[in-house]
This record gives sequence, structure tokens and C-alpha cells, in this order.
Amino acid sequence: MKAIYGLYSDPHSAERAMHRLRSSCSALGFEVRNICLATSEPLDEFDLGWKEQKTAMPWLAALGGLIGGTSGYLLVSLTQRAYPLPTGNMPIVALWPTGVIVYELTMLGAILTTFISLLASARLPRWRKDVYDPAVAEGKILVGVINPREAAHDDLAKMLLDAGAEQVKEFASR
Amino acid sequence: MPAHSPEQLNEDVLRPLVHTTWRFYLTAGILGSIVLAALAAFIYQVYSGLGVSGLDRPVFWGFYITNFVFWIGISHAGTLISAILRLTNAPWRRPVTRCAEAITVFALVIGGMFPIIHLGRPYLFFWLFPYPSERGIWPNFHSPLLWDAFAISTYLTGSSIFLFLPTIPDFALLRDKASGWRRKLYRALSLGWTGTPRQWHRLEMAMRIMAVVILPVAVSVHTIVSWDFAMAPVPMWHSTVFGPYFVAGAIFSGIAALIIAMAFLRKAFHLEQYLTPFHFDKLGKLLLLMSLVWAYFIIAERLTVWYGNESPEMAVYWSTQQGRFTHLFWFMVFCNLVIPFAILSIKHFRFSIAGPVIASTTVVIGMWIERFLIIVPPLERKYLPYSWGTYHPTWVEITITAGTFAAMALLYMIFSKLVPIISVWEMKLGWQQEAEASRPVASEAQLPHMIPGADLPAPGN
Repeated sequence: MKAIYGLYSDPHSAERAMHRLRSSCSALGFEVRNICLATSEPLDEFDLGWKEQKTAMPWLAALGGLIGGTSGYLLVSLTQRAYPLPTGNMPIVALWPTGVIVYELTMLGAILTTFISLLASARLPRWRKDVYDPAVAEGKILVGVINPREAAHDDLAKMLLDAGAEQVKEFASR
Repeated sequence: MPAHSPEQLNEDVLRPLVHTTWRFYLTAGILGSIVLAALAAFIYQVYSGLGVSGLDRPVFWGFYITNFVFWIGISHAGTLISAILRLTNAPWRRPVTRCAEAITVFALVIGGMFPIIHLGRPYLFFWLFPYPSERGIWPNFHSPLLWDAFAISTYLTGSSIFLFLPTIPDFALLRDKASGWRRKLYRALSLGWTGTPRQWHRLEMAMRIMAVVILPVAVSVHTIVSWDFAMAPVPMWHSTVFGPYFVAGAIFSGIAALIIAMAFLRKAFHLEQYLTPFHFDKLGKLLLLMSLVWAYFIIAERLTVWYGNESPEMAVYWSTQQGRFTHLFWFMVFCNLVIPFAILSIKHFRFSIAGPVIASTTVVIGMWIERFLIIVPPLERKYLPYSWGTYHPTWVEITITAGTFAAMALLYMIFSKLVPIISVWEMKLGWQQEAEASRPVASEAQLPHMIPGADLPAPGN
């Protein structure tokens, strides 16, 4: 993977660069999905691609809760019937004790599903070398293009600099 | 550098991770010695049997179960408070949440050990888990003690994830700044985080879902712990008020523990710029509120018992009012109500930091005594007077109890040497939002997103 990117010190410049890249992608021969961005904090106040993000995570969490609760009910009801333990004149599968276990496992299901869906949808863990610069840790904002055409390099570098980039760099992973 | 610059924040928060003073090693050495002494006492107990503790007929729940309830209560500091503050989007939460979330995880680990320490044969603790076995023995799902296992496991899992998730971007920050073994460690823990819009969006969504889910779990955990008592026909235990009473007490002691931890971190790591008197004032107010709520529950519980005037319950009641627990009871009231009220109701003391810390210290002591008074006096005075008895803790129980306090402090210290104790990215986000809010509104022509192509789809990452 190759990339060319600019490092910006303020979100407004990064926003400007992002818009210029978006508006000239067809002219410079790359697709919008090839634009890359890395920040050290979420910049959802800016038009940097946050607002367009959508996810089914809340629904998956609900589904995970449902699966957890059903598993809890099956665990308690089936095993109590298999190993009946008469206690205090209560039914073998009593509503209240079963409810407590079902409740806890519902929550556990939702928690684990949220964690797994985060990892899956954010593509973590990710050991492949992605476009990144340690300057991002210092608060810089990385905006660039992945796999640009060789012929468009100079134009892209100029565009990134014009938008306010402090530096323009190239990235290549083996 | 300006006071609120990201560079200064990086430096201030990451400095404690790489610079270790002799005071740290000295404190760790002392705490480690106490933990080792507790471990030796536990091994002695396993070798000799539970008879070396003060547990004997009719009091089979003593210091160990007191510690269990106390530490599970302390665990409510973090996740619950952090989740509430996140959901209400309180801006002042940012430097506080990680300190709080870490307390939860360590307190749960320590609290969860006590039922095992309490077992006569702790190496058979796995019998609690439902698995098909040749013995034909199966855990009884009707028992609140088994509910504990499910509730605490769920809460520990949830709290650990709740602590880990917002730490991932900070691990990435450390990965870029550290060297040697730390770099390898942080590279593994950051999971390859680069900070793309997709990653940030998913992380924020996950944190919102977790905050919603973890709140009812936190409430259920201490309610279930209270049901360990309330489901038993023991005088003054079989009470409908126990669920909310325990939850309120847990939040109360949790806030106190959080204030103490914050004050320690502020002093030890020179975080005065981030953990300000403003935070102690806010938490001090919360502590004062919970002190009054706690007093309300104590009055509601005691008054109802006194009016009921049933002889078994009155025997327990009088043992704490005129009997051998009188001094302990009134000392508890002094610690949990009088001192916090005297200090925290005055604004000047709340802002002094020393004020909230003194009040919190007395609350932690008072709440441990409260747990002890809930457990031991009723067991000493059960329904039939022929089974009455007295409980005296032995050196084994006292050493193990001291060891857990030392273990909590030690774990917290080690954690604060490996993980930024203040969430760096959340602080930066807060500053950035403040800066944007204070910017003058631009005219439409000046807005950068008004240029052609602004409504095109999002970038691929």
C-alpha cells in the first residue's frame, strides 16, 4: 500500500483538505473511499466523515442480550429439571430465581456482543501496517489518499499544502 | 506551552509512567509486605482449617463476608459514576472517569476473592459452577449465593471492558511514544488503533451502549449482594429495604474511595492542573447527598424495627443500641453522617481538597463498620436464645483484611504506572469542544463545507 498525506495542526485546515480531496477525486483519478484520515481524538464537530458513519451496534447489542437471556433460561430450566433440587416448597423451575439468572446473562450477552461488534466493525485488532504517522499522537491530523496515481502525486501534494498542511509525506508499507 | 495544550497534557499524564521515584518503590515495598503477610495468613488458614478464624457457631459470617460486601460496595465507585456522568455528558467527568473505572475492577477482584477465602476448602470453589460431574451435584439456582456468582462475573466482565475500551486510543498514543518492552506491550494493547473516523465512531457508540447496559448491572449486583441477607430468616436481615439500602451504601462508599484515590493521584503525580478543587467540590456534594440518603435508610430501617417490637429483632436492635456494639454503632453514625455533614455542607471546606478527603476517609471507615454491623450482630442473636453466641476476629482475619486494603492500593499504584490515569483523548476532546463552542459563528460564505462536493460519501476508513 502506498499513500500521500498531509499533517494538519487544526481541524479546520483538515476539513478544508478533506473537502478539496472529495471535490477533485474524479479529476485526480482516485475514489472517495481512498481518502484516509487519522486523528488523536474524535472530531465529530467537523465535517470529516463522522456524520456519515452508520452502525448496527445497538441492534446487535439487543440481539446479544436476547441470546444471553435465552441461554440463561435454558441453562437454568433444563439443568434444574435434569438435577431437581426441591428447595423451600418452591417449584423446581421457579420464576424469581430463574429471572435473576436470565437478567444477568441478558446483560452479559449485550456486553459481550457490544465488545465483539466494536472489534469487528472497527476492524480491530489490526496488525497490518495502515497509513499512519506518529505525529498523530502529538495532536496532528492526517489527511491523505491511499494508492494515488503516480501522475497525480504533485497535484495532490500541492492541494494538501494549499489546504494548510504543515508537512506532506509519503507512506509505503511492504 | 499554554496551560491547556495537548503537548503539556501528553507530558503531564505520561510522565508518571516513565519516571518512578524512590517513594513509589518504598510504598510498593511496604504494601507488598502487607499483602505477603495476608497471603501467609491465608495459607496458614488453608493448612490448619477454618478453625483458626473467629468463625464459630452461630456466627459463620464475620470479617470475610464483611470485606466481601464492603469491596463490592467500593466497586460501585467507578463504573456506576462513570456511566452516569457519560450518559449525562457532564464535561467535568473527563479527568475523573478512568480513576473511577479502575477502582471498580480492582475492588471487584478483591471482593470476589472473599467468598473463596471464606470457604473451608477454597480449592473446591469451582463446585459453584454448573457443569456435569460424576458427583451428581448441581448448584442450586434458588440460592442467592449462586446469583452472586453470575452477577459479579457479569459486572466484572462489563467493568473490565468499560475500562479497556476508552483506553485503546491512549495505548496507541503510548505505543508511539514508548520504547523497549513498553512499546511492545502498548502495541499489543492498542490493537493496531490508528484513529480513523470509523474506529472513533464505533468506539463512541460502544461506550454509549456500555454506559446504558452497565448501569442496571451495577444496581443489580449490590441488590443481589443484599439478597444474600434479605432472603434468609435472620432477625433484621429479612427486610424489603435491603436492596436499595445496600445500593445507596455502595454508591456512598464508592464515591468516598474515588475522592481518596483522586487526591492521592493528584499529589503523587502532580496532576493539580487536571484534578482541580472543582472536581472535589462536585464529588463532595455527591458524597454529602449520599450521606443523607444513607441516614434516611438507617432511620427507616431502625424505626420500623423499633415500632414492630418483635423480640428476636429487638434483641439485635438493642445489641447495637445498648449492648456490646453500641460504641461501634454510634462511631459509624459519627463517621458516615456527622463528619461528612459538618465538612461538606460548607463550601470553603469542599473546595479545600483536604475537607472531602477527611470526610471520605471517615466514610470508608464508617461503611466498613456498617457492613460489619449488618452481618455480625444478627448472627449473634438469632431467633432461639440457646443458639446465641459472640464473635471475635482472630489475627488471621485481621491480617487478611489488612492485606486486601494493601492489595487494593498496590494494584492501583501498578495500574497508574502502566496506564494513563487520565484519559488523554477525552481531555483533548473536551478542550476542542470548548474551543469550538467559544468560536464566533462564521457566516455561510466562510463555512468550508459549503464548497462543491461536501455531500459526497465518507472516506473509506
